[in-house]
Amino acid sequence: MSILIDKNTKVICQGFTGKQGTFHSEQTLAYGTQLVGGVTPGRGGDIHLGLPVFDTVEDAVKQTGADATMIYVPPFYAADAILEAVDAGIKIIVCITEGIPVLHMLRVKAAMAGTGALLVGPNCPGVITPGQCKIGIMPGHIHLPGSIGIVSRSGTLTYEAVSQTTRQGLGQSTCVGIGGDPIHGMNFIDVLSRFQQDEQTRGIVMVGEIGGGEEEDAADYIKAHVTKPVVSYIAGQTAPPGKRMGHAGAIITGGKGTAAGKIAALKAAGIEVVNSPADIGAAMQGCFQ
Amino acid sequence: MNIHEYQAKRLFREYGIAVPEGHQADTPEHAGQVARELGGSGWVVKAQVHAGGRGKAGGVRLAHSHQEVSDFSRDMLGRRLVTAQTDSAGLPVEKLLIEKIYPIQSEFYLSVLVDRVSSRILFIASAAGGMDIEAVAKDTPERIISLRIHPAAGLQSYQCRKIAFALDLAGAQIKALEAIMRGMYQLLLAKDASQIEINPLILTEQGELLALDAKINFDDNAVAMHPDILDLRDPGQEDQKENKAQQFGLNYITLDGNIGCMVNGAGLAMATMDLVKLNGGAPANFLDVGGGTTPERVAEAFKLILSDEKVKAILINIFGGIVQCDIIARGILAAVKEVNVAVPVVVRLEGTNAEAGRQLLAESGLNLIAETDLATAAAQVVALAEAS
Repeated sequence: MSILIDKNTKVICQGFTGKQGTFHSEQTLAYGTQLVGGVTPGRGGDIHLGLPVFDTVEDAVKQTGADATMIYVPPFYAADAILEAVDAGIKIIVCITEGIPVLHMLRVKAAMAGTGALLVGPNCPGVITPGQCKIGIMPGHIHLPGSIGIVSRSGTLTYEAVSQTTRQGLGQSTCVGIGGDPIHGMNFIDVLSRFQQDEQTRGIVMVGEIGGGEEEDAADYIKAHVTKPVVSYIAGQTAPPGKRMGHAGAIITGGKGTAAGKIAALKAAGIEVVNSPADIGAAMQGCFQ
Repeated sequence: MNIHEYQAKRLFREYGIAVPEGHQADTPEHAGQVARELGGSGWVVKAQVHAGGRGKAGGVRLAHSHQEVSDFSRDMLGRRLVTAQTDSAGLPVEKLLIEKIYPIQSEFYLSVLVDRVSSRILFIASAAGGMDIEAVAKDTPERIISLRIHPAAGLQSYQCRKIAFALDLAGAQIKALEAIMRGMYQLLLAKDASQIEINPLILTEQGELLALDAKINFDDNAVAMHPDILDLRDPGQEDQKENKAQQFGLNYITLDGNIGCMVNGAGLAMATMDLVKLNGGAPANFLDVGGGTTPERVAEAFKLILSDEKVKAILINIFGGIVQCDIIARGILAAVKEVNVAVPVVVRLEGTNAEAGRQLLAESGLNLIAETDLATAAAQVVALAEAS
């Protein structure tokens, strides 16, 4: 088993015929993902990369039975693309696009409430279940089918955790990049709860970074609900405080958001926090000895 | 993106948010003239910089004659103002805002922002305005009121009343506060502001509510949709290197250390800085060349790092995902040949075609040290920086 996606997942690509969409669709196909078509408004009826192009997500779902989508449309049109996918009944929506205005995401999030659709991202590397299905921009070859669930806010730092767990021979069940934007879809807890339920997942790597309070919330959740070993790394321990004007940000965070605060919360929950990102793989291995 | 107070107040007027009478000035003579035109017997001279904490830094002064307005303006203009929210070099003062002084009965705090935790627009208010509001929030959180706006329903009158009563407002002031809150909410939505802060919002002895200060931040991801806001940008308030980096799609922040860092991806960049620090070194910068970077960007990034004279050694850490390490290695070699590199460079390449990339570097005959292991690379660059 794995979480979110597997070899039976049928995927479409929104922004299919664009430069990014084309390149990453090729990579995805090469990895063995069941990519069944794509959407580019106005290009319906075309064939691209040997697959059908549709004008709307609704058409694509009707014709192909797709249950997941990966979105590569430009930032100002991405919110529209996400909501089109939700409306068409797609349950796993992976949005890679970086630079979406935050107010767009605020409306998307409110509109998605209660629909049952899951959004991964935006501004993320995507989701991969090694050996079965890759939806996103991560390099497939560094992954190894295995037992570690990886969840991360950062892209290349996720690859670091992946390659270390591969080198340790542990491999990965599923890797989820939840994205670095302030308002995003699935959070740490949404993913952690699925890893806890998943039989294939024996251990979990959680890579966080400074800002927001999701790592602190995840620490509380792990303490109460997660019985599998968790290794965590928090990036930005030495990052300088951001340049800012005014106080509102500091008032609402109320002390949350610093690396020190996050690390303390995770340690208090019994989670192994590594100081160096180079130690993630070894620490995970250590949990099984 | 940030704008100046005088620009923010112009936007406030457009959105029906009451502000003191005033005007900007860029010479002492002009400042004096503005005071004369405003009339009255007291004025405040406010340095226009993109940072808070101006009052304590001498950037806000009360003048009681036209002459004083001109004198204070002369003191401030052309200087750099260092506040608790700037770095030690401070920010240049090229414009002033001259305003009438109003007798104050009470001071409040009022802001609206996009809250990442609740994914909602959030208003924050406090009767403890004008003071160190962060300390108020920390020590006496019960004195801070916050309320969330549902995006479908929008701001409701009861929400404005709730804040009005908490601030002990009465009668016509309740409606006046609602007008201010509606203006802030509309402005935030219309211009994709990420935060609008009024500190303090004052109640004058005449019973009038006025935004004495105005700070607006705009969502960098959205400003391209608002040419009128982009026009308000003041590059003089921004770091020159950071601006240059932006043109090449690089995310660069100047720091105080002596180890130049070039990394792909923000998370990995922060992690690399952490490792440098962990090994006893200090990063000279944060530089993210992007998750899927190109040889051209790497070359520009290299030049940017070398333009900083503090740099004694460089650590390049690239995890080649979609981008291939041999292509990155060629970018590095091209840049090293183009600019004269007098400091040691440690390169850690990992991921796609890493072996081929390392080989290219090793065979170049240049002063490049190729590493595979992240921890070793960090330790080595720190040792090299110390030795030079």
